[in-house]
Amino acid sequence: MSADTNEALSRRGFLAISAATLGGVMLAPGIRLIEIAAARAPEQAASRQVRWGLLIDTNKCAPGCDDCVKACATENGIKATGHPRTDPQWIRKVELKDMRSGRTHSAPVMCQHCEHPPCVDVCPTGASFKRADGIVLVDRHICIGCRYCIMACPYKARSIVFEEVTGQNPDVPRGKGCVEGCTLCVHRVDRDRQPACVEACTKAGHNAMIFGDLNDPKSEIAQRVAKYASTQIRADLRLNPGVRYQGL
Amino acid sequence: MKCNGSAASAGRIASAICLLALLLPILAIASDRVPKPVIIIDKPGKCVEDIDTMRREHPDMLRHQRDQTMREGIRTRAHSLKECVACHASTKTGSVLGEKGFCQSCHDYASVKIDCFACHASKPKLASGAAP
Repeated sequence: MSADTNEALSRRGFLAISAATLGGVMLAPGIRLIEIAAARAPEQAASRQVRWGLLIDTNKCAPGCDDCVKACATENGIKATGHPRTDPQWIRKVELKDMRSGRTHSAPVMCQHCEHPPCVDVCPTGASFKRADGIVLVDRHICIGCRYCIMACPYKARSIVFEEVTGQNPDVPRGKGCVEGCTLCVHRVDRDRQPACVEACTKAGHNAMIFGDLNDPKSEIAQRVAKYASTQIRADLRLNPGVRYQGL
Repeated sequence: MKCNGSAASAGRIASAICLLALLLPILAIASDRVPKPVIIIDKPGKCVEDIDTMRREHPDMLRHQRDQTMREGIRTRAHSLKECVACHASTKTGSVLGEKGFCQSCHDYASVKIDCFACHASKPKLASGAAP
């Protein structure tokens, strides 16, 4: 190797290192000019280091508000078929009342993206699976529509599609005969965007939902979970859901 | 003599049969008994692989890509069905299906059922604000 190439290489290396250092300079605690290695390249697989989760503050979630449900339906192309009893539900609003104190809560409930998902345990074909970053999905290519997962899920988070679907969002394929549930808007998450429900909630100014990486101590969700009391629904089942609730 | 003559006539019949067998497919096409696929490519430019590779291997490419995207979240664009549809949808119908649609036309000819579009969108994503 000639001295010239060596010099060029070392200069390039120096530039790369200095750019990375500059980018990583902390402007203030927790805020960086460029978030190093935060965005995942399209050819990179989902990482095991990440655990996506949701934190829902029931104190801020207004009864009767269904902005998140509507946003979910728009994003994922879920249309009413005229048979509300059998229409798929990816997310629904649940109103709770403590009969002794009379205190009421309202909260959206969707797939809780468990660490130990019972739907995956029971699936006979391997269609129900958990991605490396904790998102629980249905592989429709091999789902046979047996609905074991619907029965196994303690959160009633899964639905089956009974009718032909047309006009799907190209990012969200859906069709008759397959089981489906909240995907945590995986197509958006993979492009560094928030799930549609969280975006809608924030946009409307409710700020009742936060999405982020539970494993990243610098993320807002991890900091809030570490600081304030939050609960998982049916924590007694020890499934360790990725969706947590504050104020329940 | 006699023997030779019958051999010659048998040879003639055999060659006639051979010729007919060779001509049959041409005759069939000429008579339009089987409608040929209509391949309309509205968007000029190169596909992600050469034509022969695409014709032979597109099902395997799609299957490979689908598992990577579904299971691992790898969302490269080159071999994704979404990008195929985005590029090959007809400018008239906006779809890859339909009688002259890019996918359906060939698949009808080859008598291969495509299940993809029972779930996947056969039309590219509309610009925001457009009616579905």
